[in-house]
Amino acid sequence: MLHIYCPYCEEFREEDEFHPVGEAHIERPLEPEALTDEQWSQYLFFRKNPRGLHHEMWVHGAGCRKFFNMTRHTVTYKILETYKMGQQPSVVAEESE
Amino acid sequence: MKQVNRLDDGGRINRQTPLNFTFNDKTYQGFEGDTLASALLANGVDVVGRSFKYSRPRGVITADAQEPNAIFQVGSNDASTIPNPRATQTELYANLVCSSTNGWPNVDFDLMGTVGKVGGSAMPPGFYYKTFMFPQSMWMSYEKMIRKGAGLGCSPLQPDPDSYDKLNHHCDVMVVGAGPAGLSAALAAARAGARVIIADEQNEMGGSLLCSTELIDGTAAAVWLVSTLTALAENDNVLLLPRSTAFGYYDQNYIGINERRSDHIGETNSHGTRQRLHKVRAKQVILATGAHERPLVFGNNDVPGCMLASAVTTYINRYAVVPGNRLALMTTNDNAYKAAIAWHDAGKSVVLIADTRPSADGFLVKEAMKRGIKVEFGHGIIDVKGSKRVKSVEVAPLSADGKSVSGQAVSYICDTVASSGGWSPVLHLSSHTGSKPIWRDDIQGFVPGNTEQAQHICGGIQGVYDLSQVLEDGIKCGLAAAGDAGKHVSSLEFLTPTVTKYTETPAMALFHIPHSKPTSRAPKQFVDYQNDVTAAGIELANREGFESIEHVKRYTALGFGTDQGKLGNINGMAITANSLGKTIPETGTTIFRPMYTPVTFGALSGSDVKQLFDPARFTAMHRWHVDNGAEFEDVGQWKRPWYYPKPGETMEQALARECLATRNSVGLLDASTLGKIDIQGKDAREFLNRVYTNPWSQLAVGKCRYGVMCKEDGMVFDDGVTACINDNRFQMTTTTGGAAGVLNWLELWHQTEWPELEVYFSTVTDHWSTMTISGPNSRKVLEKLTDADVSNEAFPYMGWIAAEVAGVKARIFRISFTGELSFEINVQANFGLHCWEAVVAAGQEFDITPYGTETMHILRAEKGFIIVGQDTDGSVTPQDLDMNWVVGKKKAFSYLGKRSWTREDNERTDRKQFVGLKPKDPKVVLPEGAQIVFDKDQPIPMTMVGHVTSSYYSACLGYSFALAVVKGGLERMGQSVFVPLADGSTIEAEICSSVFYDPKGDRQNV
Repeated sequence: MLHIYCPYCEEFREEDEFHPVGEAHIERPLEPEALTDEQWSQYLFFRKNPRGLHHEMWVHGAGCRKFFNMTRHTVTYKILETYKMGQQPSVVAEESE
Repeated sequence: MKQVNRLDDGGRINRQTPLNFTFNDKTYQGFEGDTLASALLANGVDVVGRSFKYSRPRGVITADAQEPNAIFQVGSNDASTIPNPRATQTELYANLVCSSTNGWPNVDFDLMGTVGKVGGSAMPPGFYYKTFMFPQSMWMSYEKMIRKGAGLGCSPLQPDPDSYDKLNHHCDVMVVGAGPAGLSAALAAARAGARVIIADEQNEMGGSLLCSTELIDGTAAAVWLVSTLTALAENDNVLLLPRSTAFGYYDQNYIGINERRSDHIGETNSHGTRQRLHKVRAKQVILATGAHERPLVFGNNDVPGCMLASAVTTYINRYAVVPGNRLALMTTNDNAYKAAIAWHDAGKSVVLIADTRPSADGFLVKEAMKRGIKVEFGHGIIDVKGSKRVKSVEVAPLSADGKSVSGQAVSYICDTVASSGGWSPVLHLSSHTGSKPIWRDDIQGFVPGNTEQAQHICGGIQGVYDLSQVLEDGIKCGLAAAGDAGKHVSSLEFLTPTVTKYTETPAMALFHIPHSKPTSRAPKQFVDYQNDVTAAGIELANREGFESIEHVKRYTALGFGTDQGKLGNINGMAITANSLGKTIPETGTTIFRPMYTPVTFGALSGSDVKQLFDPARFTAMHRWHVDNGAEFEDVGQWKRPWYYPKPGETMEQALARECLATRNSVGLLDASTLGKIDIQGKDAREFLNRVYTNPWSQLAVGKCRYGVMCKEDGMVFDDGVTACINDNRFQMTTTTGGAAGVLNWLELWHQTEWPELEVYFSTVTDHWSTMTISGPNSRKVLEKLTDADVSNEAFPYMGWIAAEVAGVKARIFRISFTGELSFEINVQANFGLHCWEAVVAAGQEFDITPYGTETMHILRAEKGFIIVGQDTDGSVTPQDLDMNWVVGKKKAFSYLGKRSWTREDNERTDRKQFVGLKPKDPKVVLPEGAQIVFDKDQPIPMTMVGHVTSSYYSACLGYSFALAVVKGGLERMGQSVFVPLADGSTIEAEICSSVFYDPKGDRQNV
């Protein structure tokens, strides 16, 4: 059971109040029609599944209802940071991973 | 019956309060303060159960959570019975009723026992796999027989009469275990200003101090214990939780604790909470869980009378029970000498101490010798004689490395065998969070490894066993934890209590006592008592190629019992390591997972049962529905009227009546449960353009439009009507079950992709009561209730007006889900019942008929209107639904889902498409969900080409009909398909348009 810091509420709350939404920083292509099926499917279906640091989106569904991002270690479940939508992570995995 | 093994004085029991209890239909007496195990031992009960595989008689071995044998069914009836609590951890209460879980027909005469004796040597690991799997068809019969013979308790058959609850806590320091280490740590942390919770699984706090004879600060340990507990109890910063097992340690210092509040008082507690689940989020966690003693593995070490040395000490010192008359002790260490000393001091005879070490001269060794107890160094007990109780032991000299027998064995007459192979730290909780245990040669045990948690450990869990060191370790740990929790501790001074340090000879690393015969031919040497895993079985598994400890575990069932291998795992690993020629750390350890000991379902569910299990939602008109005989259907959390049977009416008759009344006169539906979202802001219209497939730019104020929402993959996920309230404000309607999901979906896109759009969403589902009047007479009913002009000219189809209805402000939408002329009246929720009753009264002259969700489904299906989630399943595009008309072709923005429709897969012509089906026999209703095939004569497995999504008998049409998805169905109009049923028969049906009733839509537009 995770203990999550909501960057909008600015406090730690129990995991019960949150939902995971999936990988963070996936931007919707500005011109979908200009993409090939393959490029579109990359956006639609392909997601990272890293062993280690992962940037993921969560929503404080039973709280402020804001979506935000989290950098979390998928092995230890350690949460390294949470940050607002539109911001970039300050902790990133090394390229070799 | 006399308590034959009870001492006249001493112990922490209350002789003034005798308690009667029943075990296997016989009545015994114990005392307040007893556990079930200590009371049985006091009464001289040797056999408490039968083993799982060989059905051998078994007695109490331990005095703690490790107990593999004394596992009972406790409780007097089908409601109160509890399967498999450990008698060693079950407090005795008056009139307790219990029985052995294993043993059929009974523990003293056991049918399986004789089978076990005959078949015993022929039951190697994997026996069941190897023997009973063939022929496979017989497995079910074998299994029934095996289950009856074995069995591990029965579930209660009646509802639990007790109540349970849950509490959430936050604290600075959570201490698990209230032995000397945990108590010292808790007190130190509390004095440093930390908020502390300390939990302990036993009825009394104190851990090893409860049976210690050592002196602290010159007085008995029990005196220090009382003063420490008093200090803790008087400190406002401390919450003491006795009888509370910390069963799980979860991420980010989250601890689950099961507090047994009334289990020790009696069977059922009508006044309060039986058990309470504490959920603790701690800044710092201190694990002071101590250590468990390991038994030694030797021949026939399961004969009743064989016990852990520390258990013997505990029963004598804490419960004043000497569980026999003549003791033989085998040990690899000094500590176990305490058992022999306590036994001797209780006035019973110690036959022999077999010390596997070549020599030893520690304090306790000398104390034993001072008492004239015979000690044989370099010896081991290699075999035990006896069946239902130890009769004698065979003692033989061992080689210096302990791996072989080096001389002739000598017999000693005794009735109890205590053994100790050293101690294993109780690191279960630390490994719950993924921390890998580390082996330490100096203490011959695993200790907690690196962890991500804010975790501290002290005392026995890190191999610190000497009492003076334990107390010092606890204080240091408590201060460190308080400091890490942000308390300033530097100015505080703590004096470690003084305890005499005794000299100790190092322990010998020995787990498995050799026999003069090779292990495979020696008497059975049990490692895991619950699953009858023997040393020979493990070695055989190793020879058969199971080398990973995880594989050995699964093949032999080592550690698979309800004790989770607490007693036997380390010995099993040591035997595996030895037979593979590896070290224990190379062999590795298995991982412990929650729960540490079993937790009842009652505690986990707390008060979230029955009507509190899930919230139920009711509309404002619910009382009327109940009063008028409605049957209800659950839609999400909502209770919706399903249909309204009249007395004596079947469901079929009620539905026919409701359908015909609506088509021919007027019907009334409570539609309050539909999701409603208020959308405001200057960009609301643009936002709708992006999330709906159809265009919204031209929707005028006062108009409504049906819209379909798709996910980015192009698949339909919700639909509903949205009304333009004014240029900056829309009210969106969603499906009843989809409301929360749709709101979340809108927020997701707004917050993450289009934050520049000025738009706000708010759920208003509960703010409105909605009633739909539908049917040719609906306008006449409405006209009686409002002054507004509701004629077709003034108020055309797909419009909405604000008006007063029955004297209440209302929004009326002219939309239709039945295909009939319909008005949807929305009023403030608390006027819902008033308005509903006014509509019913006004409609009386037209015989207005309330209808429920089932009639609604039939009427909409006759019109071919989809229900998202019933006719679609997340793999259906608007094109598959033949709803191209709802897809905007000229919208500037590439709205959600659009790009995916031109993906190659979504343009296939053989996609499953939405069509109508008419069964050839107009009376036959196709089963919903049934598979569809083109060729009924093809061999099984048939090629399935679709399935029935909705299916009803239509009283209005006079025949049955269905909606379905069929591969390429839109090009197959008029063709026959077949629905094969489970009984082998087949129903033929014809593909037709999905619109069965009023295809031009004239009836809704009058």
